[in-house]
Amino acid sequence: MNKLSLRTFTLLQTATSVGLAALARAVTGVRPIWSGCQPSDRQRIYFANHTSHGDFILLSACLSERERATTHAVAAAEYWRKSRLRRFIAEDMLSSVLISRQWTSPEENPISVMLSVLDRGHSLIIFPEGTRNMSDELLPFRSGLYNLSMARPEVELIPCWIENMSRVLPKGQFLPVPLLCRVVFGAPVAVAPGEERRAFLERARAELLALNPRPHRDE
Amino acid sequence: MRHEISILIIGLFVVLTTASATAAVLSARAPKPLSATLTNLTQRINAWWVMVALMTVAFFFGRYGMTILFALISFAALREFVTLTHSRRSDHWVLLGMFGIVIPVQYWLVWTAWYGLFVIFIPVYCFLLMPAITALHGDTERFLERVSAQQWAIMIAVYCVSHVPALLTLNVPGFEGRNLLLVAFLIIVVQGSDVLQYIFGKLFGKHRFSPKVSPSKTWEGLIGGLAASSLLGALLAFITPFSPLQASAVAFVACTMGFLGGLVASAIKRDQGVKNWGHLIEGHGGMLDRTDSLVFAAPIFFHLVRYFWTV
Repeated sequence: MNKLSLRTFTLLQTATSVGLAALARAVTGVRPIWSGCQPSDRQRIYFANHTSHGDFILLSACLSERERATTHAVAAAEYWRKSRLRRFIAEDMLSSVLISRQWTSPEENPISVMLSVLDRGHSLIIFPEGTRNMSDELLPFRSGLYNLSMARPEVELIPCWIENMSRVLPKGQFLPVPLLCRVVFGAPVAVAPGEERRAFLERARAELLALNPRPHRDE
Repeated sequence: MRHEISILIIGLFVVLTTASATAAVLSARAPKPLSATLTNLTQRINAWWVMVALMTVAFFFGRYGMTILFALISFAALREFVTLTHSRRSDHWVLLGMFGIVIPVQYWLVWTAWYGLFVIFIPVYCFLLMPAITALHGDTERFLERVSAQQWAIMIAVYCVSHVPALLTLNVPGFEGRNLLLVAFLIIVVQGSDVLQYIFGKLFGKHRFSPKVSPSKTWEGLIGGLAASSLLGALLAFITPFSPLQASAVAFVACTMGFLGGLVASAIKRDQGVKNWGHLIEGHGGMLDRTDSLVFAAPIFFHLVRYFWTV
């Protein structure tokens, strides 16, 4: 890419990021609750519950402008590479990291794709349930979180509970209902020495669930 | 009308300056770190400056300003109400309609002064059509609870609130072109009553009015606040079509309704397990925390004026 198009490119991404953050605030009045950690420039992997396309917009709206520029959402390539428009939105406008579920060549391996982003010093937003969840329960986590943490133990894993987004923009809808949302940022989770994959994933899931500020509201 | 507005603005400025000065003196004398009450007091007063400034600006834009301002207040209030109550995925279109159709239509009816439809659009048409849409979606899980919450949400946040700018559509003989002052009277008296109840409660409050619903409300606060705001109403008679006695009676009714509005809002919050409706206004909570009294007072005030003073 030449210099000029690179400039337009970053300009597009900055404009998108500022615009979406402003939109998220106007519609949902989103407020970050830093309950277990503080905003920081440290390299992090934010992992969150996933019910809506709006999730990562809401989460990144809670980060500073500078952090947002180096924080990328991880999304499914199968969905976001389906059409040119989706690809443009995901890769060019939102600078998402796309990973394939059915990968063949080693360079498509999701873990190596995500690691290459971490090795640039950037942060990630991942949704370890692996899909937008339509049920009321938090789904079991996929292994990516464990593998990333084992490969890069120095990167903080921050659980983030995104509230209400399933009501604002449920799967299959494209017009958001304006409801107030909060994102609760918890204390970093790390793989304990000798901790097994399943045990760690279950513990990380429990830590995320524990952040829900109103767990009984819909029972 | 300019004369009255100048007096109001100067009066509010003096009151707020006195409040800020008092809070500053109290904070300077109090032991550090400051108590939660004192910190909250300063936040509340600062927020009042902003709210009074916004209202003043809206006032200068007259009917446009009032209608738009209260449509926005309805939006913020409705968002807080709906956030707090239970809804399901199948409610998506009904919820969207509440924001995208009910608010614009209701305020358009205010704007065009179409009284006949303004009073029945929500309690008749929305009341019947919204549950019909929900039923057509076929999701019966907690049906009555969901549709009731939706009805309450638009009644409180849209219907009741819209009665404030609707005061501009009333035709009071001998008071033509000055209806903005009716809006000012209602807001100053009702919000003033909230503040006066707070002050009387903090200074003399001993006997809880309803410990189960709202532990902060006391008999002393209620009686002192209502008496003082009725007096405030009489003092403001010069901006209204009322005599001083009538003004204090109307203020008394409006402020009693306002008190009951606060009580009902507290009951809903308690039922839903939250302390505040939201965080929009620093020190006060959400939009509904600030407007719960106005919500109950506005329709009654509107109909009192309409029945006794219009032709």
